[in-house]
Amino acid sequence: MSIDLKTIKHISKLSRISVDEKRAEKLADDLNSIFEFIEKLNELKTDDVKPLTSIAETTLKFRSDEIKSKNIREQIIKNSPEDNEDYFVVPKVIE
Amino acid sequence: MSDITKQSLTELVENIKKKKLSSTDVTKAFIQRSEKSSELNTYITDDFTSALDKAKKFDQKPNLDLKLPGIPMAVKDLFCTKNVKTTAGSKILNNFVPTYESTVTENIWNEGAILLGKLNCDEFAMGSSNETSHFGNVQNPIDKNLVPGGSSGGSASAVAGQLTPITIGTDTGGSIRQPASFTGIVGLKPTYGSCSRYGIVAFASSLDQAGPMAQNVKDCALLQEVISTYDSKDSTSINFKRNHYSKELTKNIKGKKIGIPKEYRVDGMPKEIEDLWQKGIQYVKDCGAETIDISLPHTSYALPTYYIVAPAEASSNLARYDGVKYGYRAKGENLIDMYEKTRSEGFGAEVQRRIMIGTYVLSSGYYDAYYLKAQKVRKLIKNDFDEAYKKVDAILTPSTPSSAFKIGEKTNDPVSMYLNDIFTVPVNLAGLPGISIPAGHDTKGYPLGLQIIGKAFDEQNILNIAFAMEEKINFKNKITDWWIK
Repeated sequence: MSIDLKTIKHISKLSRISVDEKRAEKLADDLNSIFEFIEKLNELKTDDVKPLTSIAETTLKFRSDEIKSKNIREQIIKNSPEDNEDYFVVPKVIE
Repeated sequence: MSDITKQSLTELVENIKKKKLSSTDVTKAFIQRSEKSSELNTYITDDFTSALDKAKKFDQKPNLDLKLPGIPMAVKDLFCTKNVKTTAGSKILNNFVPTYESTVTENIWNEGAILLGKLNCDEFAMGSSNETSHFGNVQNPIDKNLVPGGSSGGSASAVAGQLTPITIGTDTGGSIRQPASFTGIVGLKPTYGSCSRYGIVAFASSLDQAGPMAQNVKDCALLQEVISTYDSKDSTSINFKRNHYSKELTKNIKGKKIGIPKEYRVDGMPKEIEDLWQKGIQYVKDCGAETIDISLPHTSYALPTYYIVAPAEASSNLARYDGVKYGYRAKGENLIDMYEKTRSEGFGAEVQRRIMIGTYVLSSGYYDAYYLKAQKVRKLIKNDFDEAYKKVDAILTPSTPSSAFKIGEKTNDPVSMYLNDIFTVPVNLAGLPGISIPAGHDTKGYPLGLQIIGKAFDEQNILNIAFAMEEKINFKNKITDWWIK
């Protein structure tokens, strides 16, 4: 299997990471060498193996949905790259 | 003053409790040494002024019943610290100030310790050499040209260089044990679920664990005792009976059965690593333990499994960095363009690579072939350990397949970089505890480590084995202070 530039463009779109031509080529090389290494798994027959989905064999606990933090709106907004008083500002979404 | 920074955590705690030293004395000494050590590039953010204030306050009304009374400590910059910048070594978080504290650091401050600052690490803990950090690489106190390992490279360097008496790192595939091995210190990766992940910048949630990094095993046990607590804020935190690791520490390991897995004798492993392993086997026998040859047949599949599971989880965890609520934002023509440019400019090359691998293995048409396959192989790897632990109490292996390598040596070849974690990754995949202890030097004089892997929740046992071996090994780190200005 080989990852071509078209696939890189597709993954970059899905990942929401813009990639220019030069970087796309380097990424294709890197990913191909990594996937070549990963292909080793195909040596193993795993049809009858149950996948390990959680390492900690516990059931998730329920908790009541309560607000525990005090009013920290101002501190949270302070971390935003762009804000307008109580709101996060993003580029225009609706035309 | 220089005497203070040479003391172990245990000695410092004792001296503060006996009032031979004040927290101010100790804090001042570590701040002064840290200030002279800028060349190592261990700190991303220091909190020295505030640390000194806290130390003075502690001394005015010292609570000497605490486990870490007035002890200054720097921590890996992956732990959220309230009101102190937390970057995860990334440009995308270079101005992020958390509004909350991670549970692990909260536990530490509750026992009287004082934050010195935040230590350098690979970006989002993705790396084995600390070279992927946005804030530059870290130097190994052993030698100017060497990497300290990673991702907890700043943490390892700071403990080995005596800039902090002890620290905490995180370990997803070896990020505590490999740098501990490269810098001649002790590093423990606890059982998955032992230490809360709440407030730790997430990399791969089914693998990440916080753990102590220390000058010696006793210090390591003491810090593990402080950080390991059940936490309802982490849904995978496990409520089990935790030992008083430092109090129950014993060198008596008579009759313990220690497994030696033949699959860890990998092709191309330098002879000095093999020799070190043999020495380790002799040490545990000298301590009265018995060694048994065992097999972990799926060992060679651990790294390929890890490089599917970890990037898959990372791609999902890192989806939150979108330039909206916090962190770096690039200008874009529209919302999608803003996201794409923010993430392209905000993440470094290795992080982008892993997000893309993860996105690919989870994408439509490839999920079964890669992600599901990896989860199945992960099960086989865990089964290997379960089988082995029917016969043995712990497993002894080298920590890494080589000693520390040179800065820049492996940055252009991701796969050769990944191979560094060949002995540590299986432990994370199986959720087990593992400890690396310094065990000798190679011909160049660089430190080498041995790893002891335990059963789940059996930290006390591997700490005991490490404690017993430590005495036999009698390791002395070769630190020359070459970087001190």
